[in-house]
Amino acid sequence: MDFSLSEEQQLLKDSVQRFVREEYELESRRKLVATDIGYSEDNWAKMAELGWLALPLPEEYGGIGGGAVDTMVLMEEFGRGLVVEPYMSSVIIGGGFLMAGGSEKHKTELLPKLGAGELKLAFGYAERQSRFDLNDVECKAEKSGDGYILNGHKGVVFHAATADKIIVSARTSGGSRDADGITLFLVDNNCNGLSRRDYPTVDGLRASELELDGVAVGADAVLGAVGGGAALMEEVVGQAIAAICAESVGCMDVLQETTNEYLKTRVQFGVPLSKFQVLQHRMVDMFMECEQARSMCYMVTLKIGDEDPVERAKAVSAAKVQIGNSGRYVGQQSVQLHGGMGMTDELHVGHYFKRLTMIDTMFGNKDHHLKRYADL
Amino acid sequence: MDLAFSNDDLAFRDEVHTFVKAHLPADIAESVRRGRPIAKADIQRWQLILYNRGWAAPGWPVEFGGTGWNATQRYIFDEVMAEFDTPETIPFGLLMVGPLIYTFGTDAQKERFLPKILNGKEWWCQGYSEPGSGSDLASLQTKAVLTGDHYLVNGTKTWNSSAHIADWTFCLVRTSSEGKQQEGISFLLIDMNTPGIEPKPIISIDGAHHLNMTYYTDVKVPVANRIGEENKGWTYAKFLLGHERNSITEVGLSKQRVRRLKSIAEEERTGGKTLLDEPDFAGKLADAEIALTTLEYLSLRFLAEEAAGRPIGAEASMLKIRGTEIRQQLTELTIEALGYYAAPFEMEQMSDRWNEPSIGPDYAAAQMPQYLFSRAATIYGGSNEIQRNIIAKMVLGL
Ligand SMILES: Cc1cc2nc3c(=O)[nH]c(=O)nc-3n(C[C@H](O)[C@H](O)[C@H](O)COP(=O)(O)OP(=O)(O)OC[C@H]3O[C@@H](n4cnc5c(N)ncnc54)[C@H](O)[C@@H]3O)c2cc1C
Ligand SMILES: Cc1cc2nc3c(=O)[nH]c(=O)nc-3n(C[C@H](O)[C@H](O)[C@H](O)COP(=O)(O)OP(=O)(O)OC[C@H]3O[C@@H](n4cnc5c(N)ncnc54)[C@H](O)[C@@H]3O)c2cc1C
Repeated sequence: MDFSLSEEQQLLKDSVQRFVREEYELESRRKLVATDIGYSEDNWAKMAELGWLALPLPEEYGGIGGGAVDTMVLMEEFGRGLVVEPYMSSVIIGGGFLMAGGSEKHKTELLPKLGAGELKLAFGYAERQSRFDLNDVECKAEKSGDGYILNGHKGVVFHAATADKIIVSARTSGGSRDADGITLFLVDNNCNGLSRRDYPTVDGLRASELELDGVAVGADAVLGAVGGGAALMEEVVGQAIAAICAESVGCMDVLQETTNEYLKTRVQFGVPLSKFQVLQHRMVDMFMECEQARSMCYMVTLKIGDEDPVERAKAVSAAKVQIGNSGRYVGQQSVQLHGGMGMTDELHVGHYFKRLTMIDTMFGNKDHHLKRYADL
Repeated sequence: MDLAFSNDDLAFRDEVHTFVKAHLPADIAESVRRGRPIAKADIQRWQLILYNRGWAAPGWPVEFGGTGWNATQRYIFDEVMAEFDTPETIPFGLLMVGPLIYTFGTDAQKERFLPKILNGKEWWCQGYSEPGSGSDLASLQTKAVLTGDHYLVNGTKTWNSSAHIADWTFCLVRTSSEGKQQEGISFLLIDMNTPGIEPKPIISIDGAHHLNMTYYTDVKVPVANRIGEENKGWTYAKFLLGHERNSITEVGLSKQRVRRLKSIAEEERTGGKTLLDEPDFAGKLADAEIALTTLEYLSLRFLAEEAAGRPIGAEASMLKIRGTEIRQQLTELTIEALGYYAAPFEMEQMSDRWNEPSIGPDYAAAQMPQYLFSRAATIYGGSNEIQRNIIAKMVLGL
């Protein structure tokens, strides 16, 4: 058993840390969030140059061939920086789908571009009625000649506006919540019949509502087997959850460290706040939440490649529950212990709190995963 | 012990019900229903409607323009107000400085200030906290030096809610550095239009401008605007904090929230049914509702004590603690109910001038800002840690 990082992983960590330190000072991030696209193309190019966009992609398609631990290392540091570039949508999820379900043609054509930063992807799955159920799909894909016609709606699609292609789940057969009959399609962002409404999200990212009104795609737009999208989604979303757990650990660590420091410097009643035992105990609980979250982050990272889908699913849901609990506590208490300062937009604390709040929601909140775990 | 309403009570209930139903402006109710911020002018409009009916200040004695209602009537009134989408009362005038002025003020002060608090023409803000003095309020440093018939005030106040739209502020200032900190504080009423006062916005995590840092440079305040005696300000401030703690209970507001949350959970779907039919969620909603009922009965007991002439002491801190915790429980459950639609954060959507269709369901937009801002409830008005310290010391003798 070994939980330490290899030399290369340590180098990766150092280099992401340096990037975050240089590019992700709160004021720089604030400026990025306020731009049209909500992030920096320069940063994206830099990430390509540093090999991060190709990190999890296979070597035969121009990737680095990194594993789950490498992704974890990177995502944790991105969490520390509250990085807003569409890494999760494009590389982890988009790349994940191409690798797991793409045809040889998809892989040879798209993966090298993805790794080089010349292609961005997004994933549209949620619908108004679906809540967190990936298989609750009403968006329809009807066979038409060799290809398909897509009709329906996709909600809160992260980073859709800047994606070149959007992966959309649609029903090719079966009833609205059946696992069978869901197919994944690669849809060009500028294709006829696709309309988007873009907006900012509370955690400083961008998302869109998508309307698909007679979107025509060829047979080569299908990712994986026709009707077999559910298993594919479960696999890739599992990887996304492992990655977001690492991001969340990075966020929590920053909050825990800053709040600890704040209590030592803020004086009330003639003493630093750190002298008050209730606050000491609160800090201890925050620290313990961070360590528990980290433990589950390691656990899911090491189990995400497990052959047994039930083992894998249990690991994913268990980690997501713990991350949700910890993130909620650490986020809320960091605001509380900073007093009025914690409520300001000026301080970074609130921004981390908001990201942690959304991380609990992403890919199913605590209740969703508790239930899923219990049902497995 | 008796919970039943008399026939008179029931008739009163009908009277209030009929009045609110007939007079609550539909546009205001709609904004409240959606959880949008309510504009000052709209709050004033509703206040004036209540004022014209003689119901502006349910808690005030008749001689100062209040209703003189007994505890049961006040309970009934609050209950009916919560049944409709009425806007919340802004506490600074009606619940805080008003009672202070009629309790400790001079006749001239009562005449000058109370009528405009009642009809909502003048808005107040609270100037207590300073950058270095939050929980440790008594350490405040803003100085007031007596020169002839006025004080010269210099210093910095912070976290002043609504200071940018207020006409007056009630302010704690240091008039002496001798002896105990608490014994050198005075209580001043200050016209926000006096030269030398400069509120600067503080944007909070919900993206809105509620708060201000207010700078005071050589601000002239007539001695006649001091409440009570010089250096006795701490006594008055404590009286007022007691009032603030009661008002922060917000049972009515939380009832409105429960109602809204239920209707949201009826709209939201999961696994082919409504979220309200989903046992885990329904259980959490029931839990919050029961907590609220518990708080309601806790506060009714206190109200009855007060009405019987036995003023409650530090126990009131319990109401503040539970009231704010329940508010947070409800706002959190509300964003949970929205699922992914808690994420869209378009500030313009909050405005009543927003004409485009909403992103996701129309009730969604305001909920995340409400959740975020509700995190402040356990910080302001004396943080919940401080309230627990107060109960430990004053009630439990620890
Ligand atoms: C089932 C059991 C088995 C045990 N077995 C052993 C054994 O094998 N060998 C042995 O030597 N002892 C043993 N103990 C004794 C045990 O270590 C003591 O009970 C323990 O150290 C607490 O001391 P106390 O009972 O005197 O409580 P106290 O020290 O009086 O504490 C009372 C309460 O006050 C709290 N408290 C005390 N100080 C502080 C502080 N500074 N800050 C915050 N809270 C505080 C405590 O947490 C506790 O809740 C055992 C006790 C139990 C109950
Ligand atoms: C939204 C909002 C609106 C406000 N409106 C107003 C207003 O209109 N007018 C006004 O004057 N003020 C207002 N305030 C200020 C508010 O009263 C203070 O924020 C509050 O008193 C806490 O002070 P602080 O922010 O300096 O935090 P601090 O006092 O620095 O406290 C930081 C943390 O330490 C804890 N703590 C401090 N001392 C102790 C202790 N002895 N034991 C245990 N824990 C402790 C606190 O509970 C808190 O969690 C507002 C604040 C907010 C957030």
